[in-house]
Amino acid sequence: MPGRLRIALQAAAVSVVALLLALLGWQVFKKDQTPDVGRSAPNFTLPHLGSDRELDLASLRGKAVVLNFWASWCGPCKDEAPMLESAWNRYKDKGVVVLGVDAQDFDVDAQRFVERAGITYPVVRDKHGSTLGHYGVTGFPETWFIDRQGRLVGEHVAGPLTEEDLERNIKIALGEPA
Amino acid sequence: MTRGLLAVLVVALAVVAPAAASEQNPTLPELERELICPTCHETLAASTSPIAERMRAFIRARIAAGDTKSEIKAKLVDQFGEAVLAAPPKSGFNLLAWVLPLAGIVIAAGVVGLLAYRWSRGRKGEEAGEPSTNGRFSLDPELERRLDEELARYDA
Repeated sequence: MPGRLRIALQAAAVSVVALLLALLGWQVFKKDQTPDVGRSAPNFTLPHLGSDRELDLASLRGKAVVLNFWASWCGPCKDEAPMLESAWNRYKDKGVVVLGVDAQDFDVDAQRFVERAGITYPVVRDKHGSTLGHYGVTGFPETWFIDRQGRLVGEHVAGPLTEEDLERNIKIALGEPA
Repeated sequence: MTRGLLAVLVVALAVVAPAAASEQNPTLPELERELICPTCHETLAASTSPIAERMRAFIRARIAAGDTKSEIKAKLVDQFGEAVLAAPPKSGFNLLAWVLPLAGIVIAAGVVGLLAYRWSRGRKGEEAGEPSTNGRFSLDPELERRLDEELARYDA
């Protein structure tokens, strides 16, 4: 085998191995990285539950957002829903949006859940779970709070919310004294 | 010739017939092995999570309704995305996942074959020198002449 060809083949083999290692590293480190509080909330565009109409998170800029990740098969999500609905009714006129993100679920189950819980706040459907990794969501329910500038603020509540968690973090998102 | 053809046909039928039956009349256990629970990333067969239970109930209902295996999988992909499939579909970009390992095997076999060929040629080259009658290799004529001279000088 001529020397140049041999060197070219060796370089190609080393490049392929380096590429595979880089891909492995990227896969290991990119997933489930919880974003930092104070940074911009990762944007997404998702369809409303039971509709083709889409919601762009960036369109809510100027409002405080309670971003709640849930699924219909999640027990604590059932307990939490009335509290979120109540907060939505209390705060929607003060510039707060409660936004539910349903993931890892069946459409029909999610719609039934919304009807039974009497949810009137907007709910989007993340069929492929594409937002979960960006928000470091590892289970349900999880809640983030976003201020009027679109930044993540307050606490990332990984688990069921309490009334105190909700009130305190909504005030932080509104820029009011907690 | 006819026998060979018949054997090939029998083997082909043995492979294709069960696959066709499985496509038309899927069972829960086989689908449980071919689908992934979206929350725990294990096969449905290994998972006891709430969503896995719900998916099992869905599959049972679709089997009872007469859906084929492909139809059931397509409905689950529509709900959860392609990550719900234990093996990637053999189309589009995912085809790479099927083709690359085969290409790797073919390339590796080619490299091994090439190395074996070169090695065997090298061995032949080593054996190319003519052995003398006593089984040893003959020397270079110039070297032999010098050796004879040295021996003659020694004898003298």
